[in-house]
Amino acid sequence: MKLYLEDGTVFEGTSFGARIDCPGEVVFSTGMTGYVESLTDPSFAGQILVCTYPLIGNYGVPDSSHFESERIHIAGLVVSEYSREYSHHEAKQSLAAWLKFWKIPAIEGVDTRALTKRLRERGVMLGRLSHSKKGEFLDPNRENLVERVSPKKVSIYGSGPIRIVAVDCGMKENIVRSLTRPETTVTRVPWDYDFTEEKYDALVLSNGPGNPEMCTPTVKHIRKAMRESKPILGVCLGNQLLALAGGGSTYKLKYGHRGQNQPCIDSRTNRCYITSQNHGFAVDAKSLPESWEIWFTNGNDSSVEGIRHKTQPWTSVQFHPEASPGPTDTAWIFEEFLAELQKKNVPYV
Amino acid sequence: MDLRGISCRIAKEECTVRMNPHKISKVLLLGSGGLKIGQAGEFDYSGSQAIKAFKEEGVKIVLMNPNIATVQTDEKLADTVYFLPLTLEYATAVIERERPDAILLGFGGQTALNLGLSLDESGVLEKYNVRVLGTPVSTIRDTEDRDLFVRRLKEIDVKCAVSRATKDVKSALAAAHHIGFPVMVRSGFALGGLGSGVVHTPAELREKLREVFRSVPQVLVEEYLGGWKEIEYEVVRDAADNCITVCNMENIDPMGIHTGESIVVAPSQTLSNTEYHMLREIAIRTIRHLGIVGECNIQYALHPETGDYRVIEVNARLSRSSALASKATGYPLAFVAAKLALGYSLIDLKNSITKRTTACFEPALDYIVLKIPRWDLSKFENVTTRIGTEMKSVGEVMAIGRSFEEVLQKALRMLSIGADGFTAHASLNFRIQKYLQEIEEPTTHRIFAIAEALRKDVSVEKIHALSKIDLWFLYKMKHIIEIERTLRKRGSRIPKAMLVAAKKNGFSDVQIGTITGRKADDIRAMRKKYRITPFVKQIDTLAGEFPAETNYLYLTYHASEHDVKRGENQALILGGGPYAIGSSVEFDWSSVQALQSFKREGFNTIMLNSNPETVSTDYDVSDRLYFDELSLERVLDIVEFEKPKGTVVSTGGQIPNNLALKLQQRDVHVFGTSPHDIDRAEDRHAFSKLLDSIGVDQPGWAELTTIPSAKRTAKTLGYPVLVRPSYVLSGAAMSVAYDEKSLLKFLKRAASVSSDHPVVISKFIENAREIEIDGVGKNGSLVIHAITEHVENAGTHSGDATVVLPAQRTYIETIRRAKQITKKIIKALNITGPFNIQFLAKENHLQVIECNVRASRSFPFVSKVTGHNFIDIAVRGMLGLDVAGHYKTLELDTVAVKSPQFSYSRIKGADPTTSVEMASTGEVACFGDSYAEALLTSMLAAGMRLPKKEVFVSLGGDENKIKLLPALEMLKKMGFLFHATEHTADFLVDHGIQTRKVFKLHEKKHPNVAELLESRNLDLIINIQSRALTQSEDGFAVRRKAIDMNIPLITNRQLAEAFVMALAELRDTPPAARSWQEYAKD
Repeated sequence: MKLYLEDGTVFEGTSFGARIDCPGEVVFSTGMTGYVESLTDPSFAGQILVCTYPLIGNYGVPDSSHFESERIHIAGLVVSEYSREYSHHEAKQSLAAWLKFWKIPAIEGVDTRALTKRLRERGVMLGRLSHSKKGEFLDPNRENLVERVSPKKVSIYGSGPIRIVAVDCGMKENIVRSLTRPETTVTRVPWDYDFTEEKYDALVLSNGPGNPEMCTPTVKHIRKAMRESKPILGVCLGNQLLALAGGGSTYKLKYGHRGQNQPCIDSRTNRCYITSQNHGFAVDAKSLPESWEIWFTNGNDSSVEGIRHKTQPWTSVQFHPEASPGPTDTAWIFEEFLAELQKKNVPYV
Repeated sequence: MDLRGISCRIAKEECTVRMNPHKISKVLLLGSGGLKIGQAGEFDYSGSQAIKAFKEEGVKIVLMNPNIATVQTDEKLADTVYFLPLTLEYATAVIERERPDAILLGFGGQTALNLGLSLDESGVLEKYNVRVLGTPVSTIRDTEDRDLFVRRLKEIDVKCAVSRATKDVKSALAAAHHIGFPVMVRSGFALGGLGSGVVHTPAELREKLREVFRSVPQVLVEEYLGGWKEIEYEVVRDAADNCITVCNMENIDPMGIHTGESIVVAPSQTLSNTEYHMLREIAIRTIRHLGIVGECNIQYALHPETGDYRVIEVNARLSRSSALASKATGYPLAFVAAKLALGYSLIDLKNSITKRTTACFEPALDYIVLKIPRWDLSKFENVTTRIGTEMKSVGEVMAIGRSFEEVLQKALRMLSIGADGFTAHASLNFRIQKYLQEIEEPTTHRIFAIAEALRKDVSVEKIHALSKIDLWFLYKMKHIIEIERTLRKRGSRIPKAMLVAAKKNGFSDVQIGTITGRKADDIRAMRKKYRITPFVKQIDTLAGEFPAETNYLYLTYHASEHDVKRGENQALILGGGPYAIGSSVEFDWSSVQALQSFKREGFNTIMLNSNPETVSTDYDVSDRLYFDELSLERVLDIVEFEKPKGTVVSTGGQIPNNLALKLQQRDVHVFGTSPHDIDRAEDRHAFSKLLDSIGVDQPGWAELTTIPSAKRTAKTLGYPVLVRPSYVLSGAAMSVAYDEKSLLKFLKRAASVSSDHPVVISKFIENAREIEIDGVGKNGSLVIHAITEHVENAGTHSGDATVVLPAQRTYIETIRRAKQITKKIIKALNITGPFNIQFLAKENHLQVIECNVRASRSFPFVSKVTGHNFIDIAVRGMLGLDVAGHYKTLELDTVAVKSPQFSYSRIKGADPTTSVEMASTGEVACFGDSYAEALLTSMLAAGMRLPKKEVFVSLGGDENKIKLLPALEMLKKMGFLFHATEHTADFLVDHGIQTRKVFKLHEKKHPNVAELLESRNLDLIINIQSRALTQSEDGFAVRRKAIDMNIPLITNRQLAEAFVMALAELRDTPPAARSWQEYAKD
């Protein structure tokens, strides 16, 4: 099997997933653990994922309670060495068996460092995992990926007094897990669902794949929600959507941030947190209206990692405070958000 | 110096006056002293990084470290260096004189930390207003005192192993009953787990603790966690509370084997995301709660089935693990820790590798790293090779690659113990007979026992059941054996794909040759035909995410392109490989000097080394660092890629030296003396012939391959004779035989050590003195030389000898003759570069024992004492530059003494007496105005304590008694109380020295020696063996007990004499605390 890139580069390797061909956007992630979580993260929809860590599959695949969604979302997987044998007390199957079940192609034996450097220099590229030279590249970002991964119906979690609406643009399960408490009711709604008519106390905007500008209905609903002063928390794509709703703009990063070691500095405290990230688009700092301020900045490239409104309780972060995979340093963002809600909701309790 | 480390933003912004946040202007840095088991070269790395970090800030550094072979004690680094014992008295004196604003405790291992604690306790720091930088003393105490530690962790709901601190045997027994046997016994305040172990019964506990309470005040009795996974995180925190984990590591050998004895991988391989981040979160929570500022590590036990965990310990300082983590990730931990100690935050600092991203990040690796310990237990008789909860290894190697198989095989070769990898060894030493037993009861050869078991088709499940090693590692090991099998089936015609697979799985050309019955050179040629060559990859801390100008490189077969282009105008310097007995930090020092000299002469330098405990592998000492194997194959790979102008084999000790001829035969240019001539010195026959041809005397010798011929030869030469195998560095299996019986015994041992090489028997000259000449030649003429003299007579390995410079007792005539002989030899060998010649001197007669055409272990000593950098002169000589000059090395205004540092307390069962076998793990050296002063200070620096009142003397044979009498009379005059066994006591009483007689152990009467030792009243034991035909069991028991009970012990007559004389001379005027700079000025 080979990986063909749109610039003409070809990497040869051995297939270890489903024996099918597939196109996608080739991106790399530098996380050293957490392939199960990454592969099930809907934000990877349409993407061929390159793992920079060379040994993948070591601890197999556990049951679905560890997944970030029901299924594998990546389009294809590229690794240096796939570990045929795995060993872990929670493992239920091998990575290869899992990939085959979901009909996801995978290739091993690739110089993933050489590939990563190419992606870094040229920016993310379209690619194709294929057994033959013939085939087409397909830009997944032309499709509305959010629509593809977002649920079709509303689900409700918990029965607490604090009512949170979570707009699922491809939400990772751990965001739901992080919000679900005895004191909360989480209403998980599709990306284009008009939640503004519902009774709710706070809004959470999830992560998700692709270009935020495609989420026009979501942005519209957020703007509508902004007529009130209910707290909003955005995560990843949610950060971009909040910025768009607030009057800012977004742009595509050359090769995105995908990994578990991104340093983000809190502008209020100058404290630095190590964060988990998976995004290809970012908020343009200069585009933000006066009423907004930068909350977090990336310690490496100074890109926007979080914004907050100067007077309203509207905040969002570009990284993943729910981690999974990755460091849990910023779990406090959910805690603070919920604590504020609890203070506000005292009359309801 | 090309310092390209992390520099602070403030400094970058061109402030004219650099100001560190804490406004420190002078700091005292405590080093770690002589290398010993549990505390090796890693602290040279951390200390020198700290010095560089502080110098950037304009802080004056006072360094206290008697380890003269270190880079950190070079004149170019610290502003003031004190070669003094790391004791409370000397440290107080230094503080009194220097009045530093602050002190650093975290860069010199447990020695510095303990010294810092006692400086604090004794009020010295407060009295002189010295601020402790970095982690506060109260936090250090929280981590060192087990009870406090458990309590502090409980405050944040972090689980520790159930543990009870006990202060005596009775309370320890009670605790053990409470927890339930088996229990783990650990001593607080100790380095490398000294005196710790699993105890199964009350009787065993009682026996063990009697010793341990002698040297430590507190012992912990703990829940036994054998078989749990052992995981470690390296954590960095700044004063602003930013906290990151730089690296995690997983021990392949689970709990039950000390982490210093374990094979370790980074990052962890068998942890899921949940486990990895659960432990990471606990690490950060714990380190924040404890309030550490700088670097530390936290060790965990993780249950392989339930995911439950226990925190084992936190080391609130740089450690061996942090040196490993630093080299494994490219993150300069020690440098950053030093900056944080000055008050910077992590955000203020830049990533030194990318130079544009922040230091507040966690490295992402795109390779795997594996470390294996290096043991040297075969150097000791009667020592078991079992490994466990106590550290016994003397060094380690680290391999970098992109598959587990690749790094495992690389690392096993790096050990330089004759193993060709995991399997397919040319030597038979790695076939393990009782492999299942060695897997279950781990020994230093367990990894080879696993290979043997896999070859014998033992299932991985069975091996896992015996060893508790995670199946994942065993599957990978099995894969190596499978590849071997496939190769073997193919025979000598190897298809390309098969060869690629073998190389990707770490097989060397030698191994493939062994399996397929071909020469390694043929395999290499075949590979080239197929274009199967390794690729050069960079270590950049960010897995390629950001462009990096890193010079940190390794080779792998899991790649399709090089990360770097060939360099220009380069010199390749081969490093020393793993630290082992006989090959230690001194070769790292020499390699670093060579790098600096080549750089000064305009070269771009390339370093090749495999040892993570070194300064030579720091990111800022070479232009390119290849962290890889010091094997012929790898050197050729690098030379073919880089095409350097030449290669240096003479500064890294015996490992590179052994490559010299092979490299030349493959058209690699070697700088300096021709490899052909190096070989003439190495080859005993050639060298002997050469000495004969130039009329230089040598002890009679013969090389023999059969036992009958050996017996005949020994008889002809006359006993005693020296028995040794050829081609060894530190005298493995070398012994003195006094009669035929012992000759046969030694021959048996020697044969088992090396079957490839015959045994050499030479005449052993008794009562001869040893002198050495270290020097540099150029085109066969002598450029510079220094003559050193051993305190001990011949019979003590030169690496274990106490060495004096300038020579004190050698006749001028002897010195003149030694120089003449030296000139003849270097002319005959046409030496250009460093060399070392060892002589036996009896009256004025000299015989040459050996000549090494390379830098010796005493090069840093002679360089620092004479003030002339011998390596720099050697390098300039190699480059054909003018190095002629008048170098003053004979008449110096000061005296310096170098003492061996032993680690006997670590090596249970070893006889702590010096012999022709080298046993020391390190060395220290001190200066003085007189021989007495230098000797005494140096011995104190190596762990001797000044005796105050009571000595126990045991002198075997008449000669020892008579010759030592004057010294003992001196001791008597000083008011010492004497104890002795029967004959010695009678002799002393006869000569007017009142002595308390004790019975020998085997006499089973009271009072006996054991009771005397356990009374804890003794300050010194002088135990000199006669060269009796039968070694006395009693003598061994006394010496061993002295070590186990931490009582100062002297076993050599000449040293005892010198020590007592020095003591008498300095009784009223103890040595002053003077810096090296002050001595040098004189």
